[in-house]
Amino acid sequence: MPLRQKIFALVVGISVFLFILEMVRRKKLREEYSWLWLLTGMGIIVLAVWYDLLLFVSHFIGAVVPTTTLFIFSLVFLLLISLQFSVKISSLADQNKKLAQELAILRHEMEEMQSEHLVD
Amino acid sequence: MGVKNIVIIPAYNEEENIAGVVLGIKKVVPDADIVVVNDGGQDRTGEIARKSGGQVISLPFNMGYGVALQTGFKYALRRGYEYAVQMDADGQHDPRDILSLLQAVKSGEADVAIGSRFLEGNSYRIPALRRLGMFIFSFLASVFTGQRITDPTSGYQALNRRGLMFYASDYYPVDFPDADVIIMLHRAGLKVKEVPVTMHSSTTGRSMHSGLKPLYYIFKMFLSIFVTLLRKNTVKADMF
Repeated sequence: MPLRQKIFALVVGISVFLFILEMVRRKKLREEYSWLWLLTGMGIIVLAVWYDLLLFVSHFIGAVVPTTTLFIFSLVFLLLISLQFSVKISSLADQNKKLAQELAILRHEMEEMQSEHLVD
Repeated sequence: MGVKNIVIIPAYNEEENIAGVVLGIKKVVPDADIVVVNDGGQDRTGEIARKSGGQVISLPFNMGYGVALQTGFKYALRRGYEYAVQMDADGQHDPRDILSLLQAVKSGEADVAIGSRFLEGNSYRIPALRRLGMFIFSFLASVFTGQRITDPTSGYQALNRRGLMFYASDYYPVDFPDADVIIMLHRAGLKVKEVPVTMHSSTTGRSMHSGLKPLYYIFKMFLSIFVTLLRKNTVKADMF
């Protein structure tokens, strides 16, 4: 891998990694969602530094060019991250449903108590 | 004070029909409580329902038929009602059938009584494609419950407390509860019975099955039935 490419990949990888860390530090991103992103950044760094690993993996999965390996893995990571979101959205939707139902019932009970109070 | 009954009506923008529905129910079962679950609509459904003599529970935003319905079940369970009837707000369901539905659960024949428009050869008109969908899912429901199910889409049902507990639980699928629910009920050990009822064609003509929804509905139903059958039968142990 040419030096220029290596440096670029390293810069990207380290930037992603640091950016995610900073988001977690500022509490903009919760730890539970940060690990897949951190793993992505880490993956980029490792593959940039350790070219032989990239060649080995490419050979292992039968990719002709090492760039294909990079693309495949970035796609897999994106897939995993969006799947994680879908799972989370499902549980949020469920919690949202329960809250709405609970709120509606409580509000009804409150109105009932208020009108009883008025009668007394 | 005798056994407490409640009629649950999920309603979304039904200001034209809701008064007629509530008053119709009052004529048939004057001692039952009526609760209208107002599903975040923009019209005067809640106000009119209250004036007609119903209690109103308002969801903060529109959450869909199943969520509104389940809100009613949770309320009924919390208030200790023994029997509940669920009914549509659009006037399709004839209130006179409440008695025979309630009879089926009160006699202990069933935990859930489902009002079927197809038993006793009712002349209810349905578009061909929808008829096909209904045929497939009533067939599947019949196969997996081991009893004849003719109208799994029916939203006209009566339940006892066991039925209420199941419908208020997390097992209840709130998007299009349908044939999958009947199979779940059966697998949870609850008794289901169909009772013939009269249904009128919708007066407003607005159906929840429009646009791309039928496709999603068919997909969801197959998937839901499939995973229901894959699940271990733990529901029973969890709940009863």
